[in-house]
Amino acid sequence: MALLEVNNLTVSFHTRNGVVKAVNNISFTIDKGETLAIVGESGSGKSVSCYSLLNLIPKPPGKIESGTALFSGHDLLSMDEAALRRIRGSDIAMIFQDPMTSLNPFLTVGEQLIEPLVYHRSYSRTEAAQRAIAVLDEVGIKNPAAAYEQYPHQFSGGMRQRVMIAMALITEPKLLIADEPTTALDVTIQAQILALIKELQQRHNIALLFISHDLAVVSDIADKVLVMYQGDQVEQGSRDEVFKHSQQAYTQKLLASIPSGAKVGGEAKSANALLQVSGLKTYFASRSGSWFKRKKNLNKAVDDVSFTINRGEIVGLVGESGSGKSTVGRSLLQLLPVTAGSIRFDDQELVGMPAKSLKTMRRRMQMIFQDPYASLNPRMTVFDTLAEPLLLHGLATKKTVHEQVLMLLDDVGLARSSLRKYPHEFSGGQRQRIAIGRAIATKPELIIADEPVSALDVTIQAQILSLILELVEKHNLTMLFISHDLSVVRSLCDRVLVMHHGHLVEQGDTEAIYQQPQHPYTQGLLSAIPLLE
Amino acid sequence: MLKFISGRLLQAIPVLFIVITATFFLIHSAPGGPFSADRAVPAQVIKALNARYHLDQPVWQQYLTYLGDLAQGDFGPSFKFPGRSVNEMIFGSLGTTAELGLYAMLVAVIIGVLAGVVAALKPNTAQDYVPMSVAMVGICMPSFLLGPLLVLVFGIYLEWLPISGWGDIPGDKILPAITLGASYAAYIARLSRGGMLEVMTQDYIRTARAKGLPEHIVIIKHALRGGLMPVIAFLGPAFAGLLAGSFVVETIFQIPGLGRFYVQAAFNRDYTMIMGTTIFFSVTIILFNLLSDILATWINPKLRHQSGGAES
Repeated sequence: MALLEVNNLTVSFHTRNGVVKAVNNISFTIDKGETLAIVGESGSGKSVSCYSLLNLIPKPPGKIESGTALFSGHDLLSMDEAALRRIRGSDIAMIFQDPMTSLNPFLTVGEQLIEPLVYHRSYSRTEAAQRAIAVLDEVGIKNPAAAYEQYPHQFSGGMRQRVMIAMALITEPKLLIADEPTTALDVTIQAQILALIKELQQRHNIALLFISHDLAVVSDIADKVLVMYQGDQVEQGSRDEVFKHSQQAYTQKLLASIPSGAKVGGEAKSANALLQVSGLKTYFASRSGSWFKRKKNLNKAVDDVSFTINRGEIVGLVGESGSGKSTVGRSLLQLLPVTAGSIRFDDQELVGMPAKSLKTMRRRMQMIFQDPYASLNPRMTVFDTLAEPLLLHGLATKKTVHEQVLMLLDDVGLARSSLRKYPHEFSGGQRQRIAIGRAIATKPELIIADEPVSALDVTIQAQILSLILELVEKHNLTMLFISHDLSVVRSLCDRVLVMHHGHLVEQGDTEAIYQQPQHPYTQGLLSAIPLLE
Repeated sequence: MLKFISGRLLQAIPVLFIVITATFFLIHSAPGGPFSADRAVPAQVIKALNARYHLDQPVWQQYLTYLGDLAQGDFGPSFKFPGRSVNEMIFGSLGTTAELGLYAMLVAVIIGVLAGVVAALKPNTAQDYVPMSVAMVGICMPSFLLGPLLVLVFGIYLEWLPISGWGDIPGDKILPAITLGASYAAYIARLSRGGMLEVMTQDYIRTARAKGLPEHIVIIKHALRGGLMPVIAFLGPAFAGLLAGSFVVETIFQIPGLGRFYVQAAFNRDYTMIMGTTIFFSVTIILFNLLSDILATWINPKLRHQSGGAES
């Protein structure tokens, strides 16, 4: 008998705008020690189906319409809340996507760790503490006894996810549900956490239900794969069946959307420098120390960075979170005060340029941001958003602006009829198209794109990337493409800059760096990328 | 932290100076004086009184003299109660007002937090609408209306509780405490509902549930601390407001507290007494605001350590 057997699970959300079927007739089984991955894009129902098993979806509006979920022979879906609570955190444990918000900031790590033992296994606090420290040690936390007393904010993201894993495994569950456990982490940390999950799973013979949007990660960890799309099961099978011999069009599209390999058609670019950065330093003052002993620290976010971008090039700037790559982007546009160094754009020095001349320069350098939800003004229509820079920089008159905005919509592939719509009426990908339209409205020469596709699903990401390539070609743009995703950078960029702790550790032609990285940090970074086998 | 506290105390100095100056010139520009209301007093007696209290001097000179005395911690003599100093009168009646304020605060916090949390657990149901509607009424109803209403119902019709006094008959402290605390209870209820609603959607609440914790543990241990942060930030200003706002309740229930002296002093043009109580209340408000800021910082471990970034 399978450890978990889910039959015909259907979950819907009853909202004011009608009934939305989030999960439609899903069935799967997991055996002891086995790993089933559920993959799909956002809104595919992969998380809802797992949360429903433990009655963790908000009800109302959520409602489990039908189905059974037999766990060791007992139906989780028809169980009363008290019985289900004895299984949650005891026989079935969960880890979540965002370790930064999934731990209670007001309680010590230890206090949170021992709770499952105290409530499910009737441990005394002392016994539980001993076990907790042992588990912290097992998940690779240095000095576990000290960590036990600390608060979550004293840990980095990767360490917090280790704590989450320790918390989930402390009762030695039979089934672990991991909901995008590495999505919020840097690629090197992701590799460590995945290795840790795999190792612990094997050692304790735990079944793993792994939810992810990242096919490369899934191909690395799963025995069986279930592909979901808009609440429906697209297909299900062994890893090889799904990844190598899929007959389903959607699965093939998903696989094809993953950026892989080198940039196609990267002909040689001119050596005509558009942007020359030398000795760029951007420091932030921060405070630390206890309440009574304050120290002033200098956070050297960007420390002595020099590079050149030639006209027509797409240059990738890669690094992990906190490496200073976004700070570089903002410093270039003078959105942040630069501590020292020189930034020459088309042979004019930007550092220390008076505000008035800077305004004309800004027309020629535009920025695209990561989060298309937050970076568009929700109270401005598409027309207002796109017309504003045109009118502000005097590139359009009241008469011509309407026509020019329509041209922009054509450029970024949005319907002309969406002119009067507001940002909330669009999907994430469409919003990013609006943001790109806003950036190219002023006919800039340089675009700084800060993680423009990392909030998007993989199929949408592929569309936006091809749009970017098309626009760069058409308008003869130069681009600094900031990203943590090394595969995306490889498929898009001519040259790459690698940042680590505020320093530029390596730069060169994309393929040269990907084939033969020189700096140990770049080597580590590249080997951590999960690849489709 | 010390820097933060001393900075805030330094900021208080100009605030107090403005309060003192504005109050001083306002009350001196109001018509009448401390001795003008008395009937049939011979002119030379008034003149002698004015001379004795330096009221015959120009206002700016009186102002300077007052500042000088104040710098030495002396609020001066009361004009209306001969032989008693303002210091004596403030600290003599402060105890009563503080006690009233404390009870009112307890009423406000207990009722407010309970109502707010109960409402937040089932948002947009009767369990939410009923306490929140009552809270809305509570915020709207001034204490000079609520006090007499409570007296009418519980004192006169039901005859359950005494209708006035302080510490004379058992139970005579209940109605004043409720009257004073009611509007703050209502406000705290709304704050704790908002705070709890936000916290209950946090990821770490989902984590707590996924651990299989009983719902009451999830609420009390995991949600309450974060959910009550807005309430804690409000406690300082609320307590200062309770003290300063107590005069209405003290007047309604005939309580010999500081608030009543304040009102009497204003009617009597008891210049020094008005100044003394105003300054005292200003200092209280500033101090309690500071206290609640310190408390809010202390409760949040992240702010408490400020260790800056990851260490592991």
